[in-house]
Amino acid sequence: MSNDKVVKVALIGNPNTGKTSLFNQLTGLKQKVGNYPGITVDKKQGFCKLNDTIKAEIIDLPGTYSINPTSLDETLVLDTLLNEKKNSFPDVIIVVVEIENIKRNLLLFTQIKDLKIPTILVINMIDQMKRKGIAIDVKQLEEKLNTKIVLASARKNVGIEELKEVILNYKKLDTSSIAKITDRIDEDYFTKLKNAFPEFPLYKSWLLITQNKEFNFLSDEQRKLVLKFREDLGCIKRYQHKETILRYQIINDVLKESFKVDKSKATDLRGILDRILTHKIFGYVIFALILLFIFQGIFDWATYPMDLIDGAFASLSSWVKTVLPPGTFTNLIAEGIVPGIGGVVIFIPQIAILFTFISILEETGYMSRVVFLMDKIMRKFGMSGKSVIPLISGTACAIPAIMASRNIENWKERLITILVIPFTTCSARLPVYAILIALIIPDKRVLGILNLQGLTMMALYLLGFTAAIFSAILLNKVLKIEGKSLFIIEMPNYKIPSLKNIFYEVVEKTKAFIFGAGKIILAISIVLWFLASNGSSKFKNAEETVIAQIESTQLSKKELQKKVASYKLEHSYIGYMGKSIEPIIKPMGYDWKIGIALISSFAAREVFVGALATIYNVDNDSENTGTIKQRLAAEVNPETGEKRFNFPTGVSLLLFYAFAMQCVGTLAIVKRETNSWKWPILQLSGMGVLAYVVSSIAYYILS
Amino acid sequence: MFETIADLRIGEKAFIEKLCLDNIPLKLLEMGCLPGIEVQLIQIAPLNDPLYIKVNGSHLAIRRETAEKITVVK
Repeated sequence: MSNDKVVKVALIGNPNTGKTSLFNQLTGLKQKVGNYPGITVDKKQGFCKLNDTIKAEIIDLPGTYSINPTSLDETLVLDTLLNEKKNSFPDVIIVVVEIENIKRNLLLFTQIKDLKIPTILVINMIDQMKRKGIAIDVKQLEEKLNTKIVLASARKNVGIEELKEVILNYKKLDTSSIAKITDRIDEDYFTKLKNAFPEFPLYKSWLLITQNKEFNFLSDEQRKLVLKFREDLGCIKRYQHKETILRYQIINDVLKESFKVDKSKATDLRGILDRILTHKIFGYVIFALILLFIFQGIFDWATYPMDLIDGAFASLSSWVKTVLPPGTFTNLIAEGIVPGIGGVVIFIPQIAILFTFISILEETGYMSRVVFLMDKIMRKFGMSGKSVIPLISGTACAIPAIMASRNIENWKERLITILVIPFTTCSARLPVYAILIALIIPDKRVLGILNLQGLTMMALYLLGFTAAIFSAILLNKVLKIEGKSLFIIEMPNYKIPSLKNIFYEVVEKTKAFIFGAGKIILAISIVLWFLASNGSSKFKNAEETVIAQIESTQLSKKELQKKVASYKLEHSYIGYMGKSIEPIIKPMGYDWKIGIALISSFAAREVFVGALATIYNVDNDSENTGTIKQRLAAEVNPETGEKRFNFPTGVSLLLFYAFAMQCVGTLAIVKRETNSWKWPILQLSGMGVLAYVVSSIAYYILS
Repeated sequence: MFETIADLRIGEKAFIEKLCLDNIPLKLLEMGCLPGIEVQLIQIAPLNDPLYIKVNGSHLAIRRETAEKITVVK
């Protein structure tokens, strides 16, 4: 399809207007998520067929209340709409408003309209009209707003076809402003501004000077002019306030005639729910129960598919070995690639379950109530009520969690949130915990119902949260950053969540994990396998050396093979690496083999299990590829004759993985979000030292 | 003595008189918090902060320190 047959559409609207539903309805599964170059905000794009020859490329911009951004997400809307030269500059804009909050929603519409880009107004959730006693005169509203209006109910697929029709004919849309607001603020000032930038729509010039940022699409000449206008900050601020007041006046005038609400029909379900959900006792009890339920899902329900996946990949490895002819290539597949992929796939159940819960809580409107309940408490730790969602998300993966902290307005609160998120127990730690717990904690019940292993897992989660809270308190004391508090959050009406939206959200998040973190894990598994199956000249002559050493004693073929394999591992490249760090990790109770796993899981924790699997797979006789757990349990410490993974070593490892910052992906995202290397380096060293000290002490005390 | 949103009782309504513009974020105005508009205090969070208000059809939560800067008349 040639380029001129694609209409570029930008989807804009306040949060909670059903914008996402509309996007999903228009594009279906034909969507992709990318990154905007330079920043890490997700760019959601999708395609929609308008007729046989023309299709629309729809960009779903982050929800915003105004074109004046207060957070990183919202900046994107402004950037997209101001830079005409950019590829994502839209041919037509769809502004989505929700019937119940139409007044506030229209503010954004009047701002967008002044940019002189063809704009369609979609009034969403019209299925609620009758119930809420609302009546609209669409004709009159269209006339007064100089726009085309589409009434829609995105969730019920109403109005979508009409909207497509209007997009097709976008060239006929009226691009005139609603009212000359600028003249009513200060005519002289805005005439001067207009003359300074004759090539831009006046409102665009106004936005250029009101934003405290650089626009690199401007020429040097224009930039100088912008800076000159920005000198009178007090004046700009005054005019911005005046502008907002005037816009609301216009909106009120417009709505007075064409929009009527019969208040007697309003029900107060919201009020009742609010009183319960934000109650000083029940509010917290309900929140605690919901959290408990979520964790139950992650620990309990997810273990069934995870065990299946673990078993399936173990048998796949053995199967590959029996089917393919023995050789390097077969080993690469059976010992490198298959366990590597397995190490990624095993996380899918947990991530999917967690994001299902989170998106349900967000869709229903409950999350805002949690923010409301938790704000004062979180502020005692130097964070915001809005930090709760990132901290919960952190139990799945720190990367999306850190990105979710973007809507925290205050920089200090946001920074502290970003810095402590990696302490929360992410799903990458789970397999490490799971296998270590299975090795050192007996599978017994206490008090009849509580499982000892489950309790240990719970304790580790609490440990993660406690570490996060204490480091937040510390950071709050140490960091000297002044910032104005701008905390504002909308308390949206309660809604029944849309299954479709939840499904898309979960698919998107899971995909992002697999293709983001998954690539690293798979790559490391292969590198590991290579390092373990190649080595010095001693490695190559392993067989002869071993045979020469044990000349006198009679060994079975099997035992001989085992001796050769462990000699090989010792003299492989990775063996040398592990040995070189053995003195450093000895205080924590680790040998060089665990050292190998530590090195390889430096980039991503979850590699630990895969690495151990690879190491002991190479170390074991090749016919016996049992599950990872069986292999680890059989491992013996040659010095003491005890099990390698005994209680002190296990506890020390658990603590190390609870505290250490072993995730390249997180470090990269922290660097991008804070725009500095200072913070990721602080995280890496601070958490590393803490992990080392705590693990060493624990090992010393226990052994 | 000026009364502010922070002085309202739960359920009480009043009209916004003045916003101290230098300390109030533009976003709050843009969300409908304007002089002359009726505001109702709906709920106060358990630890006395933040405040849950209804203004201009919007339901918002703001911190006490912000609410204290918005004077109202009953």
